[in-house]
Amino acid sequence: MNTIIFRTIAPLIVAIMLIFSVYVCLRGHNEPGGGFIGGLIAASSIAILGMANGAAETRRALRIDPLAIAGFGVFIAGFSGLLSLFTGSPFMTSIWLYLELGQTTVPLSTPMVFDIGVYFVVFGTIAAVALALEGDGEEER
Amino acid sequence: MDASIALVAIAPFVAALLAPLVHRVAKPFAGWVLALVPGGIFLFLLMLIEKVVSGGAISVRIGWVPAYDLDLSFLVDGLSLTFALTISGIGTLIVLYSGAYLKGHPHLGRFLGFLLAFMGAMLGLVLADSMLALFMFWELTSVTSFLLIGFDHTRQAARRGAIQALVITNIGGMALLIGAILVHWLTGHWEMSALGDEVRNSGLYGLVLTAFIAAAFTKSAQVPLHFWLPNAMEAPTPVSAFLHSATMVQGGVYLLARTTPWLGGTEAWTLILVCFGGATLLWGGLGALRQTDLKQMLAQTTLASLGLSVLLIGLGTEAAIAAMVLYFVAHAFYKAGLFMVVGAVDHEAGTRDITILGGLADRMPLTFIGAALASLAMIGLPLTLGYFAKEEMYLGLLSGQWRDIAVLVVLLAGNGLLAGVAMLVLVRPFLGPVLPTPKLAHEAPIAMLAGPLVLGAASIVAAVSTDWLGRTLLEPGAGAILGKAVTSHLTLAINPASPIFWLSIATWALGYLVYRQAATLRTLLRRFEAGLGWTADTVFDAVMFGLIRFSGALTRLLHHGRLEIYLVTVFAGLALALIVPLVALNGYDVLLPTAELGNWAAKLSWPQLQPYEWGVIALALVGLGAVLMANNRLVAILALGIQGTSVALIFLLFGAPDLAFTQFMVEVLSVVILALVMTRLRLDERDQRPFEDLARDGTLALVCGVGVSLLLMVVLSGVLDTRLSDLFTATSVPIAHGHNIVNVILVDYRGFDTLGEISVVMAAGIAIMALLRSRAKPAVPKPKPAPRRRRKAAA
Repeated sequence: MNTIIFRTIAPLIVAIMLIFSVYVCLRGHNEPGGGFIGGLIAASSIAILGMANGAAETRRALRIDPLAIAGFGVFIAGFSGLLSLFTGSPFMTSIWLYLELGQTTVPLSTPMVFDIGVYFVVFGTIAAVALALEGDGEEER
Repeated sequence: MDASIALVAIAPFVAALLAPLVHRVAKPFAGWVLALVPGGIFLFLLMLIEKVVSGGAISVRIGWVPAYDLDLSFLVDGLSLTFALTISGIGTLIVLYSGAYLKGHPHLGRFLGFLLAFMGAMLGLVLADSMLALFMFWELTSVTSFLLIGFDHTRQAARRGAIQALVITNIGGMALLIGAILVHWLTGHWEMSALGDEVRNSGLYGLVLTAFIAAAFTKSAQVPLHFWLPNAMEAPTPVSAFLHSATMVQGGVYLLARTTPWLGGTEAWTLILVCFGGATLLWGGLGALRQTDLKQMLAQTTLASLGLSVLLIGLGTEAAIAAMVLYFVAHAFYKAGLFMVVGAVDHEAGTRDITILGGLADRMPLTFIGAALASLAMIGLPLTLGYFAKEEMYLGLLSGQWRDIAVLVVLLAGNGLLAGVAMLVLVRPFLGPVLPTPKLAHEAPIAMLAGPLVLGAASIVAAVSTDWLGRTLLEPGAGAILGKAVTSHLTLAINPASPIFWLSIATWALGYLVYRQAATLRTLLRRFEAGLGWTADTVFDAVMFGLIRFSGALTRLLHHGRLEIYLVTVFAGLALALIVPLVALNGYDVLLPTAELGNWAAKLSWPQLQPYEWGVIALALVGLGAVLMANNRLVAILALGIQGTSVALIFLLFGAPDLAFTQFMVEVLSVVILALVMTRLRLDERDQRPFEDLARDGTLALVCGVGVSLLLMVVLSGVLDTRLSDLFTATSVPIAHGHNIVNVILVDYRGFDTLGEISVVMAAGIAIMALLRSRAKPAVPKPKPAPRRRRKAAA
């Protein structure tokens, strides 16, 4: 699988997939998509990068341990639920904020933060597993 | 007043916690200091006598679990007061005695703590009115007695005795819990004082009766569950004295007495209790003769006495119940006294074997007096409590019916055996020629003598003041069991014209005969036992070893470490769970009646599908065929991907883009990860399975598939409840500001679930990493000059 064509084209594919995954994640509230699918797409891109460049190289490119990313995801998902406690509502009541930026309105909300947390968890966990399966063997040998 | 009754049951536990501390501070006087607690309880309970005698039971309720309408209720009536006074009174003497008996023992503080906790559990047991509180204290007595019996935990025999007692009495505890729950279910009451005839009249009476009798018989060591009691002799002597006189084993007797008003009095009750009680009485009496160890002899007579009490409760007549109440107190007094005497003899002379003891009366005169007082009560001579108990027993059985005569004969034989054993215990060690003992015998310390002397004297004082005895003990005690007023007719006058007088004489004569022929009888009994070859004890061992072997076999069957078999087990379970309710239990008909199908063959038609839909189905079939035909694992995995992709396409075509999207991604990733796993596991490239395995796996897959399809068909044929979907459709935009309902449900309506799920995903990820790393690491780490940078990057 480690052909020169694949290795050349892989970074391009990965970049497109990562951007697409963010797009899918953010549009999820109104269109098909969401944090779970976005995370899966991003994790697939990391798997592809791992096949092309090797797991160690991919880890170095990521800079942060994938499992740490997953942990961060759980953290911000829980944190987004905690915010509502400050408004006097029960845990995980959604809060919406509409920012007026010139002509467009940008809706910000705690469900969105939550969905981003889901994205990170799925991305981090699956990427960690894929990288471990791809890499550890050659690393230990 | 109210709370103080609860305190009676709780104070000993507090004292138990403090006991090690007290022992550290007041080293030689720890027993004296801690005896203040049961002593205080005893005095407090004495003050309640007047109120109970004048006809009032004291009832206390404290909110326990208010949410479940559960109260910690206590009831002080004649029966529970008799038991509680005996427990706390003898308990005081036992604590004193233990302080001296285990003097200098490094764990005396711990021992006293166990003892006090045990006393608290027992007090709670007899005072409890709520059946759940009763159960709780009942189990506490089992646990604390386990600690006491196994106190000398370095000896294997002590550990075995403790475990045996715990296993047997806990089986009874479970039965008690079942019985309590059944009674609550039948009547709606937890309080025993609130029960009337509902249980006796219900269809489940037999079950309730079995449960309660099982509990009582295990606790009170009735034949054939008697064997744990002699083995409990491994406990230090003060424990035996307490366990055998006033507590633990009497718990079962108490339970039977307590349940008599609403459970007893039926044919089955009488028959079971009289038969088992009688058998235990004779078995225990004969067992005592078989032994030469003083402690073992006493233990066997305890069995006999418990059998006697159960028999009397079973008879249930006024005289029998009065005899049972008197006998309980008389037995508690003399048995505690005798055990304490035996402990003193063991302590001072160094042995407990009656064949090598003799003439101790000169060296230990006070101990001898204590032994004499107790033994005379056990024989049942006039001027002791034992006398009245015996008289009352015979009184109710003079009707002349054959059944009464049979019981009378059993009672006579049992009492005769007990009297004979009492003579042996009194005469052999203390009278006759002086025999050399391992230790040079001398008088025991006062703390060890107080018990037998006080109890012996109390037995005589109580027996002399007959009016007082009848008014404060017999009338309220028997009255509480029978549920009606009882009039005492105890008198010291001896009437030679009464047949009871001659029955007493016969008992004593029989006792003397047993005493004279003890050696012959012992030889005969031992020969009989040897001829029998097995005992209940060996059966217990066999059952326990069988249990261990069975669990081992079961573990090996279900947990043998081959993934293949695990998978087969899981999928076989799935197939059963799907097929059995649908086919075997007629579930298919319940969900979709055949009558409604009518002529199903006529309803069949070619599905109206678009060409591209046919195309997708064809693709799925091609994928399926490829999976089955693949001669290489990698190809099979890829072909499975084709299957999943076509399923995703079907989702897409039928209006579930979100699901299809996810399915695509999951499909891609699962193919990638499966392929990676396969390369790591270094499996054979080809799937080589013998034909049997192929057939087995194929059949399982087919059955599971058919089961899932059937289930889906049945579910789809029902009416879809759209209330929730309608709600979500209607409120998605106004409440959650989102048009994608699936996502709104995930992150908003059911966000809390999702939070739990992503936490699980991460935990699973960590687990997978741990598994992979443990596999990668060699069992013995080899020193290897690994490039440092790469390591770091990996971490």
